Amino acid sequence: MQIIHDRNPAMPKSWNRDSKPHRFCPGCGHGIFLKALGEVIDELGIAERTVFGCDIGCSLLAWDFFNVDSVQTHHGRTIPVVAGAKRANPELIVVAYMGDGGGYAIGAQHLVNAALRNEQITVLLANNSVYAMTGGQMAPTTLPGQKTGTTPYGRDPEATGQPTLGPEMVAAITSDRAYVARGTVANFPRLKRYVKQAIENQLAGRGFSFVEALSGCPTNWRTNAKQTWSYLDDEMTKYFPLGEIKVPKVSEEEQQ
Amino acid sequence: MRRQYWRIVVAGEGGQGVQLIGEILAESAYRAGKEALYIPNFGVEQRGGVSIAMVQIANGPIAAPKFEKADVLVPLSRRAMERTKRYIHSDTIYIYDNSDIEPPHVWDEVIGIYGWDTVAPEAFSLAVGTEPQEPGRPPVNEGVRPRWIVGIPASSIAREELKPRVFNMIILGAIVTASRVLPLSVVEETLLAKLGDKLQQYLELRELNLRALARGATFVQERWQGEGRP
Amino acid sequence: MDTIFIKEQRAFMTGNEVIAWAALAAGADIMYGYPITPQNEIMHYWTRLAPKYGRGFLQTEDELSAGFATLGGVMAGKKAFCATAGPGNVLMQEPISMAEMMRIPAVWFIQQRGGPSTATVIYSQQETRLTCFGGNGEGLRLVYSTATHQEIFDYTLKAFNHAWRYRFPTFVLGDGYQAKMREALTLYDPQTRGTQLQSTSPMLGVKGKVQHHRNTFNIEEELYETLSKHLAEWQQMAREVVEWSVSGDEEPDLLLVAHGVVSRATMAASKQLREKGYRVGHFRPITLRPFPITALQEIAGKSQQILVVESAHGQLMSLVRDALYGCSCAPVHGLLRPGLGITAEQVIRQAEELLPKRGYSGANHS
Repeated sequence: MQIIHDRNPAMPKSWNRDSKPHRFCPGCGHGIFLKALGEVIDELGIAERTVFGCDIGCSLLAWDFFNVDSVQTHHGRTIPVVAGAKRANPELIVVAYMGDGGGYAIGAQHLVNAALRNEQITVLLANNSVYAMTGGQMAPTTLPGQKTGTTPYGRDPEATGQPTLGPEMVAAITSDRAYVARGTVANFPRLKRYVKQAIENQLAGRGFSFVEALSGCPTNWRTNAKQTWSYLDDEMTKYFPLGEIKVPKVSEEEQQ
Repeated sequence: MRRQYWRIVVAGEGGQGVQLIGEILAESAYRAGKEALYIPNFGVEQRGGVSIAMVQIANGPIAAPKFEKADVLVPLSRRAMERTKRYIHSDTIYIYDNSDIEPPHVWDEVIGIYGWDTVAPEAFSLAVGTEPQEPGRPPVNEGVRPRWIVGIPASSIAREELKPRVFNMIILGAIVTASRVLPLSVVEETLLAKLGDKLQQYLELRELNLRALARGATFVQERWQGEGRP
Repeated sequence: MDTIFIKEQRAFMTGNEVIAWAALAAGADIMYGYPITPQNEIMHYWTRLAPKYGRGFLQTEDELSAGFATLGGVMAGKKAFCATAGPGNVLMQEPISMAEMMRIPAVWFIQQRGGPSTATVIYSQQETRLTCFGGNGEGLRLVYSTATHQEIFDYTLKAFNHAWRYRFPTFVLGDGYQAKMREALTLYDPQTRGTQLQSTSPMLGVKGKVQHHRNTFNIEEELYETLSKHLAEWQQMAREVVEWSVSGDEEPDLLLVAHGVVSRATMAASKQLREKGYRVGHFRPITLRPFPITALQEIAGKSQQILVVESAHGQLMSLVRDALYGCSCAPVHGLLRPGLGITAEQVIRQAEELLPKRGYSGANHS
């Protein structure tokens, strides 16, 4: 018991206790992703400077998740809001939190252009392969053959394209000051390491940081616990390889 | 009685420097302590590539940026003559280029959309043609003739005595002298201020522009000295 | 930081340039923008001036981004602004509605162009309704309609001050004519005229205070409560900021009504018609939202006929009709020229068709 307690300490200090238990469905991946962020905020001692922007979609439910300044935005528009805040006050540590629909569909132009401009912001994107809040429609990340509300016979890539490889795209267009990684809520320590790197990259003033986390949605996948983990671990990783895709070059000056 | 309120229309082909004439007139009026309003290319005349500058100069507040009749009308191409004749009233001073060479060539057909975004003083440098032609004739607007018609061979003068690019400054000199809307010295001041950076780079430009302005002025003075001003 | 205007100074410039200087004088910290004609030169002049005075600029990938980044800038506690026109104004309504819901005091400059669609880059008054009432829901905003370059300067100062005092998104509504034409005005430091610049307060990044800002509600009553509070505050503001100008005969045979640059033509027409012996009044709303309803009712109630003049097909006219419903029997006519400039001469011709023959009118009233 003692060991388990150590590995699962009390909720992060930066979490807002008044909004717990949180509003996500049982088995949802958001809680794990946000726990990683919460612990990173604690470890870096940046709660006072952090601004958490959340998109529309299930990520919206995190609007009072943290004991840090938070702002709801519109679907797809979280990146420009936090980029605008960062440009106006560079002291802030800004995080844009969104799902795959917000980041890769309706807000894709903002992701692409913020990345190209090397905005000093951190974007965290939960990829659960569906539009979850609206009832499980096809998302840009839906796997070929995957059944969703709008692909009842399974996604046909001929008709609707291949799943969006977000981090690969962002890595391809960013400068060597950017940090880009894909983790999974199934591997918490590694995901947390990526989130920390992403925030540290912003703290160091190097540039754009982007972490996608593969995340489960048992409600819309209609899966039980075992099937959920299996889909996340075995199916999704076939299309979405895990790991750091771009690690910023650190100048000699910065190393000293 | 000296006119207290002036409505001036300068129209021509893209590249003739029409907008610069409008700008300098309006800014000179401002320098002379008058109210002035200049607006580029907001008339139906621009349809098909005619560039039009509308200037109002007054001693009191000026109403709408658009107006219907011009006290000074300066069409600088045949198309501009046709398209602006509705501005003629019985007290209009009509100034046009009566050179016997081809009017300036049009290369900008899209003035209406983007051309008027920027007024580029350098764009009219190659505007004056060389082909012989019949001089244009000032039209009559539904039986109404302008009070005074001033024909000035500005294209020929520019090409033979100065440089093609200062064609519009000759016209400006003629406008100011024929209408007496402003003292020529204020216009000179504005011109030099306006071309400030360029003039420092090319000293001969200063001389060239001032000579062109003066040439337009003296042409009107000498031509109508004997006959008297209408 | 450098002083902007050491003393009051006359200047001769385009309306777009006036906005850049006025925003500087109003203490604007940062502009976010995306190119669209005819507002581009606001960005051109701002980017020339801003670095000299330690102010910021960001060109974004589209109007959605420019608008939302403006909201981020304001929430970070800076006087941020944005400018757009036409189709850009349509996209901009999305961030504007967020500003309405969350009471984010951003300032927008709209230079109306022809519509619908791409239409012309030149001029219109066809974005009046969109600028006053765009967005989903019944958002609350403050809209000033200017007519001269001096007003562009004065109302820009006012827009920033009132945005931050009342915390509603605030607009300076201009048009392509005002954007591009040149005329003279006086530039000044508002503080030398006794106008204090409104201070700002960040919604984010305040030490020792955690703030959660929301625009999404779970239940109907929660939203209704919030909107009712906003509405009450907006109505309070409306009483304090509503502006109009009224001139001419107090019991006119014809009341001319126009806003923005068109009111220059109607004012001139009113003056000339009165010189001809007609009984003519003139009413101009300066705030289009809130609309000066009571003031209009007062003069309209004493008018025989009303002529609304606008470069649109009835946008101001519907505001006028709405304001007068049940309060005035005077017929409301329109000189409606969507996307077209209007001259004083046109107004006079239209007015003379409506007005009783000269001499008769005077006898009628004496």
